[in-house]
Amino acid sequence: MNKTVNQKAWFLVLPVLVLVAFNAIVPLMTVVNYSVQETFGDNVFFWSGISWFEDILKSPRFHDALGRQLFFTFTILLIEVPLGVIIALAMPRKGVWVSVCLVLMAMPLLIPWNVVGAMWNIFALPEIGLMGKALNALGFDYNYTRQPGDAWFTLILMDVWHWTSLVVLLAYAGLVSIPDAYYQAAKIDGASAWSIFRFIQLPKMKRVLTIAILLRFMDSFNIYTEPSVLTGGGPGNSTTLLSIDLVKIALGQFDLGPAAAMSLIYFLVILLMSWIFYTVMTRDEENQ
Amino acid sequence: MLELREVTKRVGADTHIHPTSLVFEPGHFNTLLGTTLAGKTTLMQLMAGLERPTSGSVHFRGQDVTGVPVQKRNVSMVYQQFINYPNMTVFENIASPLRVGGVAKSEIGRRVGEMAELMKISAMLDRRPSELSGGQQQRTAMARALVKDSDLVLLDEPLANLDFKLREELRDELPKLFAERDCVVVYATTEPGEALLLGGKTVALSEGCVVDFGNTGSIYRRPGNITSARVFSEPPINTVAVSKKSGKVMINDDVSWPAPKALADGDYTVAIRAHHIRPARQDKANVEIPASVKVAEISGSETMIHFDAFGSDWVSLSHGVHPFDAGARTKLHADFSKAYYFSRDGQLAHGGEA
Amino acid sequence: MAHITLSNLGHSYHANPAEDEHWALKKLDIEWNDGGAYALLGPSGCGKTTLLNIISGLLVPSQGRVLFGDEDVTSLPPEKRHIAQVFQFPVVYDTMTVYDNLAFPLRNRGVDEATIRERVTEIAEMNDLTAMLKKRASGLTADGKQKISLGRGLVRTDVNAILFDEPLTVIDPHLKFQLRSKLKELHQRVARTMIYVTHDQTEALTFADKVVVMNTGEVVQIGTPEELFEKPQHTFVGHFIGSPGMNVLPCGIDNGSAVFAGRKIETANRAANAGGRMEIGVRPEHVSFAGKGMDAEIVKVSDAGRFRIVEAVAGGHTVKLLAPEGTEIPDRKAKLAFAAERTRIYRDGWLVGEGGRQ
Repeated sequence: MNKTVNQKAWFLVLPVLVLVAFNAIVPLMTVVNYSVQETFGDNVFFWSGISWFEDILKSPRFHDALGRQLFFTFTILLIEVPLGVIIALAMPRKGVWVSVCLVLMAMPLLIPWNVVGAMWNIFALPEIGLMGKALNALGFDYNYTRQPGDAWFTLILMDVWHWTSLVVLLAYAGLVSIPDAYYQAAKIDGASAWSIFRFIQLPKMKRVLTIAILLRFMDSFNIYTEPSVLTGGGPGNSTTLLSIDLVKIALGQFDLGPAAAMSLIYFLVILLMSWIFYTVMTRDEENQ
Repeated sequence: MLELREVTKRVGADTHIHPTSLVFEPGHFNTLLGTTLAGKTTLMQLMAGLERPTSGSVHFRGQDVTGVPVQKRNVSMVYQQFINYPNMTVFENIASPLRVGGVAKSEIGRRVGEMAELMKISAMLDRRPSELSGGQQQRTAMARALVKDSDLVLLDEPLANLDFKLREELRDELPKLFAERDCVVVYATTEPGEALLLGGKTVALSEGCVVDFGNTGSIYRRPGNITSARVFSEPPINTVAVSKKSGKVMINDDVSWPAPKALADGDYTVAIRAHHIRPARQDKANVEIPASVKVAEISGSETMIHFDAFGSDWVSLSHGVHPFDAGARTKLHADFSKAYYFSRDGQLAHGGEA
Repeated sequence: MAHITLSNLGHSYHANPAEDEHWALKKLDIEWNDGGAYALLGPSGCGKTTLLNIISGLLVPSQGRVLFGDEDVTSLPPEKRHIAQVFQFPVVYDTMTVYDNLAFPLRNRGVDEATIRERVTEIAEMNDLTAMLKKRASGLTADGKQKISLGRGLVRTDVNAILFDEPLTVIDPHLKFQLRSKLKELHQRVARTMIYVTHDQTEALTFADKVVVMNTGEVVQIGTPEELFEKPQHTFVGHFIGSPGMNVLPCGIDNGSAVFAGRKIETANRAANAGGRMEIGVRPEHVSFAGKGMDAEIVKVSDAGRFRIVEAVAGGHTVKLLAPEGTEIPDRKAKLAFAAERTRIYRDGWLVGEGGRQ
């Protein structure tokens, strides 16, 4: 657009540009730099081309971690999105309870991630944790530090507890923006509750749900702090997600080259999947 | 005096404003008349300096102000939506442009008081916009636009969102508000009736082109071309292709009338406004038009008959109550002495008061 | 289809309405015939939307009854009343095609697909939607969407009444004219009871056979457009209907006749000298220049195209008159005449005698 604007305004953006440069671009370039070199410490580097990338892409360890990551992400999406929508639908639209519900919903989101991990770590301990002890008292053989299935169960439960609220809040925002006239018209047309959901509420929530799914996808794909605190990737490697594996390689083994290559692949996977998600979910609107 | 010289506006491949040259003077209303998307708002943004023309220049009092940002021009604008600061009182809203301009406190109080008096909102100065009716909100927005002595006041369909009677009331007051100001007033509207009642000069716009410009009454009575006649007719002007030969104007074998003397032989489009077609014969010279009635809308004092004639939609508007059933076949009477003859390229060939 | 009766109806949003102004809707009785076109007309806040919500069933009135035919529907919810409604902002089911939108009310009621096809095709034809049946409803313009809203009411055969709540608000100005006459045309074809709520006199008067004019929660007059124009029962109706509205001029009473600007004015009704605020009402259409009459000074002439609006001052009051195309307008000094049979006396706003309230 060819607006008549004061060009001086650009100077105000400069600090942000500098910040972004140091925050994102410089580190990213460093990673790119590491990913194509071999080092034996002492700041001695050798050019290694794309060999790290080949190694990573072929390594079963990476494949497993990626598989676990995908399983985790899709499971929590499958639970959190429908659950969030159901809770949003059940929430009151007016009255004093609205703010009570909203505050309750926002609560888990306010807790720092490492605290969430620590909380659940203790909460689920079979010997002393409320949940762990209760489950065992009820006759379940539950021990998340030993049994992979239990570890997964706890991990997913924790994420659902922590993040469903986000979906609820977004879906709720979508719901309250629907004018009353739509509900009145549907009643007059004799629509059932299911029809109202299917033809009015869901289409009107589509935009916010797209955002919710995208956010949850990216966040859960990047997740590190909570599982790291809760299970540390164990037992064994059973809950070693991509991010946890990456840290193990980079900081545990100090293999900077492979770790850098893996980060870039990791980054590209997220970028690609987000793009696919977004295109699929918004394709409908562009067709019109 | 505001002058646009060969101004155009293109966005990507779309041309929003075709080359336009206009001169607006202070002392009377300058109305931009056209349908939605005719380019009224874009033209206003170019005048205000909110947008930069793709080519051409904008001059104010002889100075080239093209590219001078709106903050550096002394411009006020009122929009169709009632735009006020929601968390300020009416007083603070009206005072805001003066406060920005660093006017002394006592002076602000005096001028806001005067403006509120003029806009009839003195009793509401302590309220917030949300506590006002739509009419009062728009009065507040107008007061804010007028309280500083702007060189250019732009009103973009300011009455469109108001109740019918409020619109009438404000439209009546507007010319009085500007009567004593030395500023250029530009007013955009989609309604020909509004343009007429505001008087002054009118720019008829269609699809980003200025199709006519002049004194409002003259343009209404003597549109320069067929597009201008269409823009300036509510209800829509009725048109049909005719040919003039041997002293007669003919629509078809059944409908013809004696041609005006000044009209040369040839093919024309004749255009006649709705109120020159009536159910009852007014004059011996009236021409009978075979009509198939679609619907008759009776408003208490007037009847608007929508009918099909010569294969197009026509409208008649007449005094009194004239009920017709849908589908009725009848004859309506047209006074073609008031009609316009446009040549095939759309230019006015004959008709209209000079 | 049914005859609609509003009997002794009133509504207040207060729990215990004690004062007059607590009532959003003061006591009213209205009868609407089956198949008629009706309008509720008034400025914002006059109670017309409250009344509409009571008819549609969104609101249960504080007092009185709503009857559809012989059935008391006062406390029935909207879905049990067999009504349809077109809202101010178009309501369409975005993800459905135009066809599915029109079929929706029938499918919900378990009508078989063959009948649905027949009804939808017929209604689409009437509403000029045939060419768009396969399009997504969300892709249509505002006027197209309003036609779908209306169509969803028309496809049903069990509809008692179709309600319109300012349906032209979001329509482009140059399309309003078309949609307005389309609604009128449709009413004449389907002969359903239609109730149209608006603040726009042109829409109300052109659409309805009978208009209910409301102000501050009260029905001021119910009448045909002609009655409202020619014989306003209240100065509010005179002012609200007509553009410009009726001239309302304070007057004195002398021996049953009105006195204005020092002259006796001939009027259609006569009034006793019984106190109250006395006014005469005469429409600008019924004021003319005359050889002799009351002295007036012309202060403003506005050109409205097919007529001019002349403002003159007589007896210290502004009198407006409409001068049709071709009328000679005097320079400054003029003499005005009021058409006697169309000039009326009002006491405290209400028409004196002739079926007026007093």
